[in-house]
Amino acid sequence: MDNIVLDYRPLLAILISLVAAGLVLLSGRRPNLRESWTVLAALGKAAIVYSMLPGVLSGKVFETAPINIAVGINLHFRVDAVGMLFAALASALWVVTSFYSMGYMRKLDEKHQTGYFASFAVCLSATIGIAFSANLLTFFIFYEILTIATYPLVIHKRTPEAIASGRKYLVYTLIAGQLLLIGVIWTQVITAGNADFQPGGFLAGKAATGILQAIFVLLILGTAVKAGVMPFHGWLPAAMVAPTPVSALLHAVAVVKAGVFGIIRVVGFIFGPQLLTEISIGTILAWVAALTIIISSLIALGQDNLKRRLAFSTVGQLSYVVLGVCLLSPLGILGGIYHIIAHAFMKITLFFCAGAVYATHHLTNVSEMRGIGRKMPFTMGAFAVGSLGISGLPFIVGFISKWNIALGALQGGKGIFIAVLIGSAMLSTAYLIPVVYMAFFKESVPKIGHGHDSLGEANPAMLIPLLITAVCSLVLGVFPNAGARFYDLAVMAANSITGGNVSGGGL
Amino acid sequence: MKELLSQHVIYWLIITLFMIGLFGMVYKNNLVKKLMAMNIMQVAVIIFFLVLGQKAGGTIPIEIHGLEGIENYINPLPHALMLTAIVVSLATTGVALAFLLFIERRYGALEEDEMLRRMNQ
Amino acid sequence: MREQLPALIIIAPLLVALIAPLISCVSTKALRVVVIGTLLVSCMSALSVLIRVLSEGTFHYQFGGWAPPWGIEYVLDPLSSGIATLISFISLVVIIYSGPFFNGETKLRSGIIHALYCLLTTGLMGMVLTGDIFNLYVFLEISSLSAYALIASGGYKATVAAFRYLLIGTVGASFYLLGIGYLYAVTGTLNMADLVQKLQPLMDSPVIFTAVAMLVAGMGIKMALFPMHGWLPDSYTYAPPPVTAFISGVMTKVSAYVLFRFFFYIFGAASGPVSAALNIIGWAAAIGIIFGSVMAITQTDFRRMLAYSSIAQIGYIILGLAIGNTFALIGAILHFLNHAVMKSCLFLVAGGVKWKTGEHAIEKYAELSRRMPLTMGAFLIAALSMVGLPPTAGFFSKWYLVLGAMETGMWPYIIVIIISSLLNAVYFFRVIEHVYMKKATPEMKIPEKGGELPVAMLVPIVVLGAGILIIGILNEPIATQILQYALPGGTH
Repeated sequence: MDNIVLDYRPLLAILISLVAAGLVLLSGRRPNLRESWTVLAALGKAAIVYSMLPGVLSGKVFETAPINIAVGINLHFRVDAVGMLFAALASALWVVTSFYSMGYMRKLDEKHQTGYFASFAVCLSATIGIAFSANLLTFFIFYEILTIATYPLVIHKRTPEAIASGRKYLVYTLIAGQLLLIGVIWTQVITAGNADFQPGGFLAGKAATGILQAIFVLLILGTAVKAGVMPFHGWLPAAMVAPTPVSALLHAVAVVKAGVFGIIRVVGFIFGPQLLTEISIGTILAWVAALTIIISSLIALGQDNLKRRLAFSTVGQLSYVVLGVCLLSPLGILGGIYHIIAHAFMKITLFFCAGAVYATHHLTNVSEMRGIGRKMPFTMGAFAVGSLGISGLPFIVGFISKWNIALGALQGGKGIFIAVLIGSAMLSTAYLIPVVYMAFFKESVPKIGHGHDSLGEANPAMLIPLLITAVCSLVLGVFPNAGARFYDLAVMAANSITGGNVSGGGL
Repeated sequence: MKELLSQHVIYWLIITLFMIGLFGMVYKNNLVKKLMAMNIMQVAVIIFFLVLGQKAGGTIPIEIHGLEGIENYINPLPHALMLTAIVVSLATTGVALAFLLFIERRYGALEEDEMLRRMNQ
Repeated sequence: MREQLPALIIIAPLLVALIAPLISCVSTKALRVVVIGTLLVSCMSALSVLIRVLSEGTFHYQFGGWAPPWGIEYVLDPLSSGIATLISFISLVVIIYSGPFFNGETKLRSGIIHALYCLLTTGLMGMVLTGDIFNLYVFLEISSLSAYALIASGGYKATVAAFRYLLIGTVGASFYLLGIGYLYAVTGTLNMADLVQKLQPLMDSPVIFTAVAMLVAGMGIKMALFPMHGWLPDSYTYAPPPVTAFISGVMTKVSAYVLFRFFFYIFGAASGPVSAALNIIGWAAAIGIIFGSVMAITQTDFRRMLAYSSIAQIGYIILGLAIGNTFALIGAILHFLNHAVMKSCLFLVAGGVKWKTGEHAIEKYAELSRRMPLTMGAFLIAALSMVGLPPTAGFFSKWYLVLGAMETGMWPYIIVIIISSLLNAVYFFRVIEHVYMKKATPEMKIPEKGGELPVAMLVPIVVLGAGILIIGILNEPIATQILQYALPGGTH
């Protein structure tokens, strides 16, 4: 790490939306002003994050440690390749989601919008905080802030169902948080207080194998709950009662990816592939992830509610990342990290589409969506792109990550996982493509359209964001490095973790 | 006999007195009796301190002509402390009695079970 | 003047306590100005003493110029002056808040209540600052007696609770008196510094063992350590809200402080009887934490829930003492501060709701988030802090406690702390659900729109709520600049 740049930008990127949350709360009576704060913060955050991108790509590391947060521990932010990747993704998609949110919330005339936008902004602060944390305590603090800030969004509708889901969400995440806390403190104790993330891990030789295994289990339990790894996924489908933009950005990108990101930090930056091989525990997690992929896909098949189907799909797709990283081979890690990007763009498109269908025609179940594609050709076209991408079709972004994960499995000598990937690809085809088929090729039910044959497209505030993300999925599928050079970032991250030299991967 | 009394038995007596107080506070139903038991307990503590200051053959700690030497006087400090403790005990009793008057006026009973019954009605 | 500041901390409220009823007969307005002013002076002098002590080291103030061990001295070290600052601050904040509550009182009653309040403050500060163990007893009784009377001012049920508290509290004080009697019998001194010297050769004698047991019993009752907590729930529930906020915030903790003083500064934590006692009270605290939290879950009255939660929270402090290493002690003292701020805040909120709607039941808290957004915002922060979620103050005391427990491998304590956090989450999120989500039913009395509390009540609540966040974020400077020196052996 010879290219360290001291810079306050990481801190600014976190604070900007926190300040925005305060302003949103203060201007609750004036919706236009309130929404402009959200948009300004989203754009500002993206600008700050992207201004650091060239530096990170050229090998620089931005750091800031403004205060001590506990005795002997800094509140320490560091922008490295993998953190940058996550932050760039989240901040870019927040901009898109902000516009979509406004369209969605106003169309449905939802209540409690002030609290909604404020919580959203806090969530994004916490997400960026997680991405930029340089040590375990900083990570934990933002991780817990994210837990709490998401709660108001889950219970947004205030219905008994929403409240029950909120409780379920809290039970899962708070227990996970406490387990994580034990793990964090234990790490702190055995390393004598120096728990800074380091590429390749820092725990080797610090304690006996048994203790290291216990710490690994605690840290993974803490993060796996947010990542929806089975059997800790129960909160995620329940949390689908939240408004769709929340499901789109938080339950497909920010919150669940924070869990996955945590797993990457634990595997790659606390333990490191080498140590995990030595204490022979990484493979177990890989198997759990593989099982999650298959089982969740099977459950998704049986879901009629579109958002629930997408939720189970998310559970499965998140475990691709976990699987890729736990293969412990350079290409596997590369594929896993890139899948964060790939899945984000595809799944946010799918959720945006589901939300647009709901907001425009008040449909939630797949069985009711016959013929909807003829009313909403653009929306369902985007949905088709997302579905094909999740299934792993080449030239859509999902293919690239899955290809690399498969190569990683071979590279790590665990070829059997390729069977899992193929099986899952077939299953995801089976649960998503029928939706597209029904939308375009079945006769419409009378519920849709009210008799006249005008297009029933979603309003532009919803339509444009979902088209943007769909196009992104396509573009990144052909040029994985387009725009923010995510692929290069993933390569850099994989290299730093394994110390290896992955240049182009499988492409 | 005198030695035995001053070295061991007196302490056992104090403990017994203290325990009688505690017992009364726990088992008596009447609130005034509870308060009296509390006073008994406090008296036990006061006597304990006074015994600490006692000396065989010592006299009150006022200088008497011709009686020099510290061994001729009992230790005055515990007495001074206990004056304070007695004042505290008096104040506590006063406050407690005021409470009891108040309770009696409202609930018309000082038997604990009866009072609680009326309170929860 | 500077030399006399330590005396001012205690003397000022004591003098005002004496003349308060007289001033009240002239004008209740003037009384409040005088009382608030005095407590402000007391708070400022405590703060300036703290700053001075931190830079110049421990300072001894001899009352009347009599040198110890004959005279009574006041020891102002970082710990005692820090806690005195905290007590006077909470006292000041609560008295400002209490204005609207005591508005309707008669002149005489108002005067007496203010006098008792000042006496209570005096007693607690005296307990903290004194260097003489019998003087400590006197202050203990001053604070207890004024607390009994203040609690009883809450009505008939409160009087019954106060009478019980008086009986049990007197037993506690008697145990304490017996304990210091034993110490005096073997050492012949009542001065703390002197005791440290004279006790060293005696540490293994059975007398010391008995003395430690007596102190534990006495202070255990006073701090409501499980299973000696019986007096607490009723007293906290029925006392007038400002009184509850003050005594729940600092009073039980001052007794914990006394135990800390005795165990870590006078006896030394490593000695046989003390380490045995610490072990026992550690377990009692652990059981108390779980018991208090479970009982809190079963309550339907918000104040009672908070009262049981206090029984659990005092356990955190004792747990920290029982673990006994640097991190755990930092955690314990930090929790002392945190809990004082957050529990006072919560009781002030409870009082505010009662003042506005006349209700205490949790299920009557519906829709308050929209009627009283600022109050409920402070409540939310305090509740999250009680659960121990970052970045609130409560998280960091938990962090240090668990860190300390982990270093010594005390897993049972870690598990207790973790389970307690989750139980806290259960009962606080239940209230949060009512406040933020439930719809009020028509027969419920809810405040009208813009029904926020009057400024005098709102400001203290918001100040304490913000304080929780500030302490959380600034916990490191607090720990290294103040608490570090407050630990045994850390004084310079």
